[in-house]
Parts: sequence; C-alpha cells; structure tokens
Amino acid sequence: MNAPLRKVAISVLVLFTLLIINVNYIQVVRSDELRTNQSNTRQLAEEYDRERGSIVVAGNEVALSTATDDRLTYLRQYPAGELYAAVTGYYSVIYNSTGIERAENDLLAGSDPRLTLRRLADLFTGRDPAGGNVELTLDPAVQQAAMTGLEGVTGAVVALDPSTGAILGLASTPSYDPNQLSSHDPAAIRAYREQLTDDQLTNQAISQRYSPGSIFKVIVSAAALSSGDFTPQTTVPAPDLLTLPGTSTTMENFGGESCNGGADQALIDALTISCNTAFAQLGIDLGEERIRDMAAAFGIDDEGFKMPLTVAPSKLGDIENDAQLGISSIGQQDVQVTPMQAAMIAAAVANDGTLMKPYLVSQVQAPDLTVIDKTDPEEMGQPVSAEVAGQLTEMMTSVVDNGTGRRARIDGVQVAGKTGTAENSADDHSWFIGFAPADDPKIAVAVFVRNGGRTGGDVSAPIARTVIQAYLDGQGG
Amino acid sequence: MSASPTTDPRGSVAATAVPTRRGTEALLLGFAVLITVVAQSIVDLTITGSLRPEMAAFSAWITALWVVAHLVVRKWAAYADPLLLPAVALLVGLGLTVIHRLDLAAEQVDSNVTREDAPVQLVWATLGVALFVAVLVFVRDHRSLSRYAYTLALVGMALLALPAVLPSAISEVNGAKIWIRLAGFSIQPGEFAKICLVVFFAAYLVDKRDVLALASRKVAGLELPRGRDLGPVLLAWVLSILVLVFERDLGSSLLLFGIFVVMLYVATERSSWLLIGVGLFAAGAFFAYQVFGHVRARVDVWLDPFAYQDGAGYQLVQSLFGLGTGGLFGAGLGGGRPDQVPVAKSDFIASAVGEELGLFGLVAVIVVYLILVERGLRTSLIVRDAFGKLLAAGLAFAVAWQVFVVLGGVTGLLPLTGLTTPFLAYGGSSLVANFVLVALLVRISDAARRPATPHAAPPPRLGEAPTEVVQQ
Repeated sequence: MNAPLRKVAISVLVLFTLLIINVNYIQVVRSDELRTNQSNTRQLAEEYDRERGSIVVAGNEVALSTATDDRLTYLRQYPAGELYAAVTGYYSVIYNSTGIERAENDLLAGSDPRLTLRRLADLFTGRDPAGGNVELTLDPAVQQAAMTGLEGVTGAVVALDPSTGAILGLASTPSYDPNQLSSHDPAAIRAYREQLTDDQLTNQAISQRYSPGSIFKVIVSAAALSSGDFTPQTTVPAPDLLTLPGTSTTMENFGGESCNGGADQALIDALTISCNTAFAQLGIDLGEERIRDMAAAFGIDDEGFKMPLTVAPSKLGDIENDAQLGISSIGQQDVQVTPMQAAMIAAAVANDGTLMKPYLVSQVQAPDLTVIDKTDPEEMGQPVSAEVAGQLTEMMTSVVDNGTGRRARIDGVQVAGKTGTAENSADDHSWFIGFAPADDPKIAVAVFVRNGGRTGGDVSAPIARTVIQAYLDGQGG
Repeated sequence: MSASPTTDPRGSVAATAVPTRRGTEALLLGFAVLITVVAQSIVDLTITGSLRPEMAAFSAWITALWVVAHLVVRKWAAYADPLLLPAVALLVGLGLTVIHRLDLAAEQVDSNVTREDAPVQLVWATLGVALFVAVLVFVRDHRSLSRYAYTLALVGMALLALPAVLPSAISEVNGAKIWIRLAGFSIQPGEFAKICLVVFFAAYLVDKRDVLALASRKVAGLELPRGRDLGPVLLAWVLSILVLVFERDLGSSLLLFGIFVVMLYVATERSSWLLIGVGLFAAGAFFAYQVFGHVRARVDVWLDPFAYQDGAGYQLVQSLFGLGTGGLFGAGLGGGRPDQVPVAKSDFIASAVGEELGLFGLVAVIVVYLILVERGLRTSLIVRDAFGKLLAAGLAFAVAWQVFVVLGGVTGLLPLTGLTTPFLAYGGSSLVANFVLVALLVRISDAARRPATPHAAPPPRLGEAPTEVVQQ
C-alpha cells in the first residue's frame, strides 16, 4: 500500500501548492485591485485613522476632520450644513463618499502621489501623516444667494466666472445635511439616508439633464449670426401658427400669443419676446448641420467632462426630419442639457465667444498649507466669434431690458439673459441663463427650477438677479 | 526509513536505539504556547491598549492544556510523532487568538455587545484535549478499533442521518441541515460521523482489498473491477448524494466521497478506482448542479463573485477584499477589519488570518496543515499493519481534503462548500472531533515508531471505552 500512499502524499503536496499559489495571486498580484475596490470599505476605515484634509471656500473650511475619541479617529464635519452639500458631497462610513470628497479623495486622504515626498518626511519626523487641503473656486455670497433663491423648489443654480471658467456657485435643491451621513453611528446614518429622497441625493446641477426650452434659442441665434446671412436686425418669418414641414401639426407661440401680428420680425425682437415660430422656422432654414455644429461647439455634444465632479453629457438627440428640427430649435424634442451646460452657454457668449472649461478646485495644498497645485484656466472651444458674441450680447440685453427677462434687471447694471420655459410631461421647467455686467461680464449664471410651473422669466430670472447682485456687491460693483 | 524491526528477536535492544522525540515535542509545544500568548497580547494591546485581566488565567490555562496533553503522550504514546501535537497546538492557539480578536471587533462596533466566543472555544478545546487524553488512555492499540468497525459504521451513519430526520427547527442553520441544537448547544454530528466512517472504511477495505484489487478485467489497457465489486464505491457515492440531498451539505458530501475513494485506491493500489471515483464525482457534480439551486448559486458566485457582491457573493467578495488588503505582511493582529466578512469566526477564519497576518501568515498556516497531514501520511507509510495504514491515511487525508476544500473556497479557488477549518475555526463539534482524529493519528504513529517488543502487540483489552469515545 506504500506506493499509492506516496502518490497520495504527493497529491496533497500539489493541492496545498495550488492553495499557496492562489493565495499569492490574491494577496500579491490582485492586492492593489482588491484593496482599492470601491466596495472595499476597509480603505475607508483606514482613511479615518488619518487626519483628512479640509475643503476650503474663501478661507473657510466647509468640510473638515475633527478628532474624536471613538474608534474611527476622525469625524468629518460640514459647518455650513446643506449649503455646500452639492459640491462637497459627504464622506460616509457605509455609503462611501460623493462630490469633492470622492473626486479629490486621494489628496484629501493623503495618498495622492503629489504628497508622497511629504509623507516620507512624516515617517522620519514622526508626525502623523495627514491629507492635503482642497480650495474651491466658490464664492460664499453667490452660493448663499443661490441656495436662498432655490428654497422650497427642486432646482439648480450654476454660476461661472466667464473669463476663467471658475465655478462661483453650484447649488442643487432639495439639499441634505452631509453631517448626518458622515457621522460614526451606522444606525443613525441609515435612518437619515432612508428618509432622503432621490432628488436630494441627485446633483441637479450636473447629474441631471432637462429640456432647455427657449434658452436654446441663443444657440440657434448664434448659428444664424455665424452663418453670415443674419444680423440682429435681419427680419425672419414669425407666423402666429407654424405648420411643421411634412406634418399637419401646428406650432404656436407661448400662450397662443402673436409675435408680431403674424408679420416678419427682426431676429433681436424674436429673441426678446421668445418667439417660437420664428426660431423653429429659422432652425429649419439653417439646417440640422449648422444647429448641431453650433450646439456641439457650446458643449452640447453627448460628452460629459470632469471639473473634477462628473458633469453628465448634454445632448441634442436624434433629429429625423425638419419637423423635429423645428421643435428642437426651440429646445424641445430630445434636446437635453444640464444646468451646468446652460451656464456654459451664457459664459461663452459673455467671454467674447470663447468657452472656458468650468473648474471647481482653485488650488490644492499640502497639510502645511503650501500650494502644491493650482488650476490654470483652460479653453474648451470658441463656439462663436467675438463679433457674433457681441451681437448675441446685444440681443440678450434686449431680452432683459424689454422682453421676457425683465425680472432679472438690476439697477445700474446691464444684465444680458434668456429665459426658457420647457414643456414636459408635468409642469413646465423654468430656466434663465444670463450674465452681467453686459459690457464687462464678471459672472454668468444658469438657474433651473424643475416643474416651476410658471415661466422662466417669472420664476428663474429673479433668482438669477439675486445671485448676480450678490456677486457684484462682493466685487465692489 | 529505518528497517522494520518486527522480525528482530532482540527487540528490546532496538527499543533503546529509537529516540522517543518527546523532548522535541515539548520544545515545539512551548513554542506554540509562546506564539499563542504573544499573539493574544498583541491583539489586546492593539485594540484596547491594555492586556485584559484574564490574560494570565488564559495563558496558564492554555499552557496547562498542552502540558497535560504532552504528559499523556509521554506516558501512553511515548513514540508518537513529535510534530502532530505541536501543529495542532499552534493552530488551536491561533484560532483562539483570531476568535478573541473578532470578539473585540464586535464589541467595538457596538459597545453594548459583549462577545465571549473565545472563552467558549477554549472550553471546547479543553473538552477536545480531554477526549484526546481519553482516546490515548483507552485505545492502547488502534487495531482493536477494527473490531467495532460495523458498530462504528452504524453509529457513523446514524450520526450522519440524524439531522436529516430531525425537524428543521432543530437541525437547520443557514440552509444546511447538519446540526443538532439542544439547550443552547449546537452540535454537528457529521464531524464525528466522519471519524467513525473512516475507521469503518479502513476495516472494511482491509477485509475486501484482495477481492477489490485482484478480480478485474482489462478494458482498453485499464484494469477495471468487476461490476459486482463496484458495490461499495457506489454505496459511498449514494451516501454522499443523500447527504447532499437531505442535508444540503455540499462540503460533507464531497469530503466523505473523497476520503472513501482515496482509501479505496490506497487499499487496492488500483488507479482505476480513482478514475471511477472521478467519473462518479463528475456525474454527481453535474447532477447536483442541474438539480440544486444552492449548488448552482455557489458555482455562479465562484465563477464571478463580483457579479453577486451585494447578494450571494458578498461573503466571498469581502473575504477577497480582506485578503487583498492584507497583502504580503497583513494589517497586523488587530489592525485590519476581518469583522467585515460575515461569519469570519467559523467558515471564513482563514481570510481573517490572511488579512491580519498577510500572505506570510496564511501560507505559514497552510504549511502547518501540510506538516500535520504529511506527518499523518508518513505514519501511514511506516506503520506495519494494513488497518493502521488505511486508518492513518484516511484520517490524514480527511484533514488535507477538508483544508483544501475550505481554504480553496475562502480564497476563491473552489466553490464554497461550508466545511470548517480544522482546529482553527470557531465551533465545538469540529474542534472536539478533530482532537479525536489527531489522537488516533498519535496513537497509530506511536505504534509505527515503537520498536517491536518480543511480545509483539499487547492483546487488546478493551471495555466499552471506544464506543463511548465516538458517541461524545
């Protein structure tokens, strides 16, 4: 029996060798992959042992770690509560993290390669390794005005510095209290999380897209002006009823009103009163290619980007015929944009036609506050020439001065803008995009109120006004 | 190895020439105790910052356990293999440490909870050592066991079948119907059935090996057994399938069948039995996969655990996370989060070891098991009687197969089967039964290395003791 016994002994050796090889594979080859897997909460627990860096807005910490005496050494706190939730996100033991907490996690947690040398130094000096700080571009007054303006509604505000792309405000409502999700008490976190609605946990400003409605007319105007065949004074057909090509469907203007008694109308006037039939016909006349190219140049190109939070792609959708092209030209059909994208349209017009890439992080610092990286403004494209941008500004100024955007007017400041009232299966969405001062733009904003019910001019324009006002006041303007 | 002294008339002279190796055993046991106590201290210091007050009592207790075991071996099995007991001591000590560590983790998560699983496991270990002592004291010659082969077969079958016939309220935990839960105690009778059946297989195969080995026909160059000789292996196969069907216990099913086939192969020296065994296994596996949802689910999870990471694959994925996070050196005892893996104390204790002691720690544990198994197989090689050979081989292989299947499952090499990790995992039945198992190996290894005396083996004078042992 000894011969088979020896074979059994060798087989056992082989089986155990297989075990050892497999364990090597898991613990060495796949170690990094498993350790850093999003679902692996161990790393999170390990991160709690280290003092996490702060998220800073205008010199104030809006997210910071404070030492506790419980098992997870550091507690994440958000002194401003809901105010910055759409930006900072939360940092949760059981629900992982979102927002900047997630996007800049490596730096905040101290594992970013840019901090490696310092951590090595910490090893020798015996200092506890800590994470770096992230300073945001946000302006507290803008953010506060945005949140106040959105009180009680579901919506978003995005404010940009048109010349750099720096994000001055990013608000999404209804908001939530990140402190409650970042506590160390799993039961309390779960209880709080369960009573939050999907809307509260969704960033309306960058993660959701909606029909833009009439704010899209800015892009149709841009396409028309850029074609060289139009100036703001060029008259275009503005019928009371437009029969869409190839169909018996008719399009009317908002509230069934007449634009110019059925007569042709100057482009600037059509935008001022937001004439649907004029822009639908204009879009059809320009053709799908021009509309699509111009939309893409402004960023509506089915591609999202990171700033560093992920911005969902905005899209024009498929346009199968002229009827659909007409409807798309007034921002309906399948056209869908994020509030961030809407703000980028205003910002590009404000910045002489140059679109700057929005960014949220102005600089990152090592734990000792030395700056280790700064964000340089970056061009994203040039959708229109400076000349066309000037014409668009003139038209959008007229919207606020004489048209649907009157409620965005500010004494002593020339505001340019465009309203939008987007039809959908429920109450209309209310939009406003704009910038000010029109001759030297400092801030571009987009205000979105979901199912606002009333027009963009009624609901969103006043919010934009307070946001712009708050910023210009702070700038000494 | 050394020449067999059976035919040496001057056996007493040879007796003085063979070292007992008890000193080696004592030294290694001391080492195992030292590692246990140091590891326990590290856990306490890392997690709570101070040694627990019971630390001294624990150290004394664990030392006493191995001193007693060692002295009993010294007295009643002086020539026993010196590595078996220390390997067990190391594994039990490490197991107690990890269980204690997980107790503390549960307390940290919820300060209202006090988990005292480690002290319970220590009580089981104490009972295990008591049975270890009882086996060595009462079973003076392993050959005497063969006389109770059929009784043990019946006892084994009864133990195996008991949970299947009991109401689920008493016998079912997490879908597997393999328990007897009475008055706060949970017993897995299958753990004891395993040993009874190995003893029976050994005795039975010694009887029948000639006929199973010789009567054969050649088919395509392969020596195949006659149809009617297939009876026993088919019976073992059916038994395994029944365990799977009625108790939903994939692990025990696989274990029983694997042990039987290997013992059959060792007894007959015919590799055709292995082929038949593999064929039957394949058929059984196919059948099980087709018929049983829980088997299919385990295979699916095994193939792609991350696809099921929030459901059926959660445990395995958490285990892999733990192992991956542990990496080469581990998080250190008390430094990881092994409590993230559900039932880390029992089925998944190896992933806790891998997370906190790293690749080096886990491989060390595998190597200790390998030493235990290979010493068992070595005992089988050098013991002179056929029954002893088969019994030792069966017992050693049982440990090997169990370790392979359970560690393979926890590390994603094989589908999960739900066997316990011998000596390491939390669970009384498994621990106590494996102490009996290792006591038998110690007993056989003593016979294997003991120089023959002129009187050969003493005539077995056994009362009812062995049957009592297996009924515990």
